[in-house]
Amino acid sequence: MPGRRGGVITVFDAAEVSILRSLVSQILGLIEPGETGDDPLERALGIGSSEQSTDPVLARLFPSAYEDHEQSAEFRRYTEATLRDGKRADAQTMLDSAEPGRVELTQEQAQAWMRALNDVRLALGTRLEVTEEVHDEIAEMPEDDPRYPAYVTYDWLTYLQDTLVRALW
Amino acid sequence: MNVGSTAPTEVERPSIDVRPDLPWLTIVWNDPVNLMSYVTYVFQSVFGYSKEKAEKLMLDVHHKGRAVVSSGTREEMERDVQIMHSYGLWATVQRDS
Repeated sequence: MPGRRGGVITVFDAAEVSILRSLVSQILGLIEPGETGDDPLERALGIGSSEQSTDPVLARLFPSAYEDHEQSAEFRRYTEATLRDGKRADAQTMLDSAEPGRVELTQEQAQAWMRALNDVRLALGTRLEVTEEVHDEIAEMPEDDPRYPAYVTYDWLTYLQDTLVRALW
Repeated sequence: MNVGSTAPTEVERPSIDVRPDLPWLTIVWNDPVNLMSYVTYVFQSVFGYSKEKAEKLMLDVHHKGRAVVSSGTREEMERDVQIMHSYGLWATVQRDS
């Protein structure tokens, strides 16, 4: 629900917080700090690797900016380290502020949550190879389907993110 | 001036492209994860678009598979794409053709 000064109030139980923290921790584990070369100047300028990851999740979180491979590599070299650090900061904000019970998030924190939740959904959605009909798929999925718990978690995250977006609007 | 009897000389080509600077574009592509509400919110808060314009762009992405969300210099578009990526939207830079 909307809070004071553009912030947001969230209420979670302990189990929900534990799921959120676990998923966001996995994102932090997956996204290593922005790696730069050994050259001190490159480090200072945040110049890093130019290659897209072969892991589909990382490839989705850090997409190519150009269709042309060379231009894309050049762009990545100068920007990916910053993008990594930003995603890590969002995930860390969520880890630091997710607690059971009533939590009042500032607008800035809520926006970090929104982006971090989106990254978790992108990661999970890529692993599960979800389609736009995911909500209907879950409705038809038998509960003993081995994919069921992951899909239900994904659906819950979708609901959470949507609620957060509407509270921030 | 004697025309036609001189040996062809190398025409000096300007080393820089002198054509007027064509605008570059930021394209956002459809994907099955990003929420319609979230994408609209991002277009509104990042570009300062009205809710109507942001919704129309979001629907273009959703139905047509892609939409041009901003245009300008290459540097500006690279900045916009980087911001889109920070929000998890799938965006690319392209020269207007």
